[in-house]
Amino acid sequence: MYSDKVMEHFANPRNVGEIADPDGIGKVGNPQCGDVMWMYIKVKDDIITDIKFKTFGCGAAIATSSMTTELAKGKTIEEAKKISRGDVAHALDGLPPVKMHCSNLAADALRAAIKDYEAKKAK
Amino acid sequence: MPERPSKRIYFDHGATTRVIPEVVEAMAPYVSEKYGNASSIHSFGREARTAVDDSRARIAALIGAGPSEIVFTSSGTESDNLAIKGVALHESRGKGHLVTTEIEHSAVLEPCAYLKSRGFEVTRLPVSKEGFVDLGDVEAAIRDDTILVSVMMANSEIGTIQPVREIGKMAHSRGALFHTDAVQAAGKMTIDVDRDNIDLLSLSSHKFHGPKGVGALYVRKGTKVEPLLHGGGHEGKLRSSTENVPGIVGFGKAAEVAQRDMPETAERMRHLRDRIIKTVPETIPDAYLNGHPTNRLVNNAHHRFDFIEGEGLVLLLDMSGIAASTGSACSTGSLEPSPVLLALGLTHEQAHGSLRVTLGRENNEEEVGYLLEVLPGIVSKLREMSPFSKDRPKCGREGGCSVQ
Repeated sequence: MYSDKVMEHFANPRNVGEIADPDGIGKVGNPQCGDVMWMYIKVKDDIITDIKFKTFGCGAAIATSSMTTELAKGKTIEEAKKISRGDVAHALDGLPPVKMHCSNLAADALRAAIKDYEAKKAK
Repeated sequence: MPERPSKRIYFDHGATTRVIPEVVEAMAPYVSEKYGNASSIHSFGREARTAVDDSRARIAALIGAGPSEIVFTSSGTESDNLAIKGVALHESRGKGHLVTTEIEHSAVLEPCAYLKSRGFEVTRLPVSKEGFVDLGDVEAAIRDDTILVSVMMANSEIGTIQPVREIGKMAHSRGALFHTDAVQAAGKMTIDVDRDNIDLLSLSSHKFHGPKGVGALYVRKGTKVEPLLHGGGHEGKLRSSTENVPGIVGFGKAAEVAQRDMPETAERMRHLRDRIIKTVPETIPDAYLNGHPTNRLVNNAHHRFDFIEGEGLVLLLDMSGIAASTGSACSTGSLEPSPVLLALGLTHEQAHGSLRVTLGRENNEEEVGYLLEVLPGIVSKLREMSPFSKDRPKCGREGGCSVQ
């Protein structure tokens, strides 16, 4: 049911972990539904220089988290904001339809982290 | 990580089982040369009829019934539907009240829900945290207009064995019929429909090494049941359809083999199960058994692991060559985890992190040893990815886990 790319990212997820002193944190999902993602970003000169995630969830949740960190790393904040759920699913060669909604939250987690970063910066 | 074994390991016998060679061999002639219709009068038909009757006797023997009380169906689901809707919709009834539990298979719960939508009343009884129905609850639930009590013999997920004999007795004392779904129990424990006060009992061939696509309903002599399929009047007018002769032959052989070998296979599976139940919480922190430690199916070991989600467990085990299952929502496509696990009083988070290992007669110590060797590493790997841990069990008090 999962593409080879999803399975590959699930088995060898990139950028797992936390950033001790992050510039932004995004927390999305609900453990009741089975998927929770926490995304940490480090930003320098408007570029995402480091990004890490922790995810409680199914194979698709972990793979989308991993792929999102790969897509966002090295991007400017404006570029990263444009990464959509669809982009993440596409980069993974698609997701099963049932997973598109419940487990494809990583782009939301990234946007939440950026929002947190911008809010902190505005202070 | 230990070396992956050359052969895949199958620990999902609650889902289905391998058709063993003895059964394949028994079926083979009825797929090819003995292809007659069991209703035909010629020799082709007669040899098919004899084979169907032999199978009926073997299946009856497995549960202490008479051959004429066995109705062949296409599946456990059909048997449950025939029992529940067949009893409720018979002209002698047509209205009334049914009692069942919250942890039944959907093949019981959905027919009950259907009947409810058609004006019947249904009581769904809760279970204890180990998955047992309370006999006091059963007694209190049965009313003067209760027509049927349906409680499964053993639970498909957590293996809990219900006190069916007492439940059946209570049903009978109030004039209600007693149905039990024995799909998971059959072939793994002794069943006696007279001793256990059972009027209707569902069986499925593929859960004990028979072929898929064939099941049976035991209907106690004299029990009035309305057929679901009308047609040529097969199976004592209860289930019209040309008999699935090869399937029925395989089913009968599987029942015979299960009964013949039960003392030995049940003991072997029980030993392996107990090894898993003992070792998992010893080697993995924050791991808990679901269900009762001993009053459970001999082949069922069901655990939950805090802070992780079950689909990941199943996928990583699969990558290590082990097939098992989970009650997590993510594996089923719904957002809700297993209703059985929620009925035990587990939180959604706890229910998501479950793993079901269901053993079969062919599993051995070496396979269980390999599972116990790889499982701690797999749980750790997922926990390293999880935002939750013993120090941070939930999302904190900063407003839950919704988008911040």
